[in-house]
Amino acid sequence: MKKLLLPATLVAAMLIPTFANAADYIIDTKGAHASINFKVSHLGYSFIQGRFNTFDGKFSFDPKNISASKVTVNVDTSSLDSNHAERDKHIKSGDFINASKFSTAKFVSTTASPKADGGLTISGDLTLHGVTKAITIDAHFIGEGKDPWGGYRAGFQGTTRLQLADFAIPVMGSSSYVDMELHVEGVRL
Amino acid sequence: MSKVVKQYNSSAKFLHWTSALLIVALFLLGLWMVDLTYYNQWYKIAPYWHKSIGLCLLALTLFRLIWKIITTAPPIEGKKWEIQSAKLAHAAIYLILFCIFISGYMISTADGRPIELFNWFLVPGFGSFFDNQEDIAGVIHFYLAVTLITLSTVHALAALKHHFINKDNTLNKMLRFK
Repeated sequence: MKKLLLPATLVAAMLIPTFANAADYIIDTKGAHASINFKVSHLGYSFIQGRFNTFDGKFSFDPKNISASKVTVNVDTSSLDSNHAERDKHIKSGDFINASKFSTAKFVSTTASPKADGGLTISGDLTLHGVTKAITIDAHFIGEGKDPWGGYRAGFQGTTRLQLADFAIPVMGSSSYVDMELHVEGVRL
Repeated sequence: MSKVVKQYNSSAKFLHWTSALLIVALFLLGLWMVDLTYYNQWYKIAPYWHKSIGLCLLALTLFRLIWKIITTAPPIEGKKWEIQSAKLAHAAIYLILFCIFISGYMISTADGRPIELFNWFLVPGFGSFFDNQEDIAGVIHFYLAVTLITLSTVHALAALKHHFINKDNTLNKMLRFK
């Protein structure tokens, strides 16, 4: 037993920094390997798909210690793009997200926990339309490794449903919620 | 061209009063349509009319400017400062009109979509020239429209002042139809 104690302590000591320092990543918005998409009901008959073109963020991730993961994302709300300028103008107006007054939306994670199916649950505070509310993102780790250009990358996808009323965004007809689909690839610092 | 006329010609009068009517109609239609809720039955048709009528006014205004250049206008009456102010106001009205046409066009074509001119034909769009074009052009379009209506009101009040106080030919030269 005594023989094993020293190596065990050493191994434990070596592991501590790894636990403490999950790798930090910058979300690759520069190369557009990340997207924030939304899907909202149109009249209850179909869905409109749109996205936010301008955002930035960073995350920490260690596959061996999921609960140490952190993510922060800032979104320029005026970059909303539903592939129709007149509709964008309307959604960005005071009738909906009021992008001139609330120009930034922000997500800051509070906890991350692994799920039985291999996914992870990321909880955090989303500030949108001037209202901060706790939300939960259902995320999946897709993969990580070296890229062909000398960097190291890790990527995820995530989904969450936002109730517009939670953020004091006026509800119109059947469009009471928005499903978010997030694709995030980070480049390790 | 050097002959002195007392009246605007009939075409100029027609262009002036048609423009006045369309500008007021477009202003009221514009104010009304932007506040319609999505489920209002006019939500789609009102902007379609606003854009179509607006484009017709653009064509009319281009013709009006050409007509103004090639025909003779009666002299502007009043003191020197009044004549200069009138000329400045007229030039400003034309300038603002064109800025409104351009900014309105830039809202609807920011994504490269064409504008339907009634169901006659499509006016092509050239997309965005800067970020958030539809928002910025929308704000400019609104404030210029308010400015135009204000300036037109001053223009109308000045004409009434000349008619009832100075009792000169200012209003009559644009009013009398034979």
